[in-house]
Amino acid sequence: MQLVCPAGSLPALKAAVRQGADAVYVGFRNDTNARHFSGLNLDDKQLESGLQLIRAQGRQLYIAVNTYAQPDGWARWQRAVDQAAALGVDALIAADPGVLAYASRRHPGLNLHLSVQGSATNAAALALYQQRYGIRRAVLPRVLSLAQVRQVAEKSPVPIEVFAFGSLCIMAEGRCHLSSYLTGESPNLCGVCSPAKAVRWQEDADGLTSRLNGVLIDRYGKDEPAGYPTLCKGRFLVGGQRFHALEEPTSLNTLDLIPQLAAIGVTAVKIEGRQRSPAYVEQVTRVWRAALDAYASAPQNFTVQPQWRSALDSLSEGSQTTLGAYHRSWQ
Amino acid sequence: MKLSLGPVLFYWSRAKLLDFYAEMAEQPLDAIYLGETVCAKRRALGLDDWLGLARELAECTRAELVLSGLALVEAASELSSLKRLCDNGELLVEANDMGAVQFLRERKLPFVAGPALNLYNGHALAELIDCGLQRWVPPVECSGALIRSTLEQLDGLGLARPEVELFAYGHLPLAYSARCFTARAENRPKDDCQICCESFPEGIVLHSQEGEALFTLNGIQTMSAKVNNLLADYAQLAATGADLLRLSPRAEGMAGVIAAFDTVRCGALPPVAVEGCNGYWHGRAGMLRADEVVL
Repeated sequence: MQLVCPAGSLPALKAAVRQGADAVYVGFRNDTNARHFSGLNLDDKQLESGLQLIRAQGRQLYIAVNTYAQPDGWARWQRAVDQAAALGVDALIAADPGVLAYASRRHPGLNLHLSVQGSATNAAALALYQQRYGIRRAVLPRVLSLAQVRQVAEKSPVPIEVFAFGSLCIMAEGRCHLSSYLTGESPNLCGVCSPAKAVRWQEDADGLTSRLNGVLIDRYGKDEPAGYPTLCKGRFLVGGQRFHALEEPTSLNTLDLIPQLAAIGVTAVKIEGRQRSPAYVEQVTRVWRAALDAYASAPQNFTVQPQWRSALDSLSEGSQTTLGAYHRSWQ
Repeated sequence: MKLSLGPVLFYWSRAKLLDFYAEMAEQPLDAIYLGETVCAKRRALGLDDWLGLARELAECTRAELVLSGLALVEAASELSSLKRLCDNGELLVEANDMGAVQFLRERKLPFVAGPALNLYNGHALAELIDCGLQRWVPPVECSGALIRSTLEQLDGLGLARPEVELFAYGHLPLAYSARCFTARAENRPKDDCQICCESFPEGIVLHSQEGEALFTLNGIQTMSAKVNNLLADYAQLAATGADLLRLSPRAEGMAGVIAAFDTVRCGALPPVAVEGCNGYWHGRAGMLRADEVVL
């Protein structure tokens, strides 16, 4: 299985290459990609220098142009596709049918991957993208159980990539407007979720509160660790009970599932986190490279090393990890 | 302007559904959407029941009857049910997943693109028109300006506009998950949910710790807590190119809601303001209400 790692900056890209990523995915510095955070992503010069390194090391570079184009900004999405093609990237990751159509017609040689934002969770949906746009790989949303991943992979007309580690979207990617409901900005249209500019922290006698566009997302006692107020990971009141009604702050970690994913025939595993630091990319890539190599060299003897697990736990939200939807009981 | 009744997004018993549609058949509606779009485990009515209900309704209403498909299609069993739904041979289908679009495209059948399909620009719309789209229900987060410019972009491509149906009233369907939040709130595992969502005919309200109503938990679907209501914006809706207004069923009072919209489409002045929210339409956070903030 190929290891696909995130880079929101040139140092992160270098770290991923250094630690053995087979492919690195990046985005342009605008709202054409789903991690449109300020200060993040690569400019033209950094892209060229990153690509040189990738080529010298025999790795691959993918570019995500995976938000949904808005009519007024259509030229920006066209330009992003053209630029990716001109760079000679190894794959363009896209979700919008209009963008996919443009890319496949204008640049027939460009290798297209269906983004997780395309929200294709079944073989029929994948067939549509394959038949109309010639996609050669699809990234599955983090909503499928392992049995469902198997079912989809068996019938899929294209190789499958799945998320292996990182922040856990609990909603089907591309099918969540919670962020725009509270803040006006969504992953689909703006490439952001719970945008930083809408976040307010306030410390008072009772502790710390986090707000998103004025809405209280969570309140922390003096000794409680506080996390970024991603709106689905706050504590809310349901039926008078205060709890993480949607999801706890936790990260997806599927080291345990490597043998099953390999048996299913998954082509690539993806690490989430273009918004994370180069140090995060470095450590996660190192652990996953070691784990995948260990599995490849002796599949029957594969066991998750405790040091891998502890390294990843320390990089996870709330220092805890889950198998997420892959494991039926999470659902 | 036509009025449509969206599919029931909540889980109601068979008896409640049949009573509801008997009442709806008498309302001034131009289209009625039937079918289960949220969870495949909700089986008060199966496909054959829905088709039977459609035949009965056809006897007593002039409204067009449409069958809506599931939005999040994961298991192989769900995909084969969706295929059967697309093969129903009688009713127009509302596709809420690209899998349904694929089935309908293969059969060369026209379809409605539901709000769960991500169509945000004229080029994407053109792609789906090529697959058989004849009516577009934009994603609920789209502003009026975005819808207008999407249609203009389509005009620029030399394509005829499809019918446009706006989500004009009801709790907004905002997100879909593998997890069932109703079961979670009831401390049940999803595989042993005992269809507990049936106890909540309009979902469960999720409040912030300050008591602000934020979301409605409806099984694997998360909806707005507030009711989206575009009646005060009626003049703009028509000017934007809307052909139909979708009224999404609530547990009570739908006849009154339909009557209010019907009065305005027949010429009465729209109200200056209404309860609920309309921020999305105005290009703002969906939870906002135009007359409460400077838009």
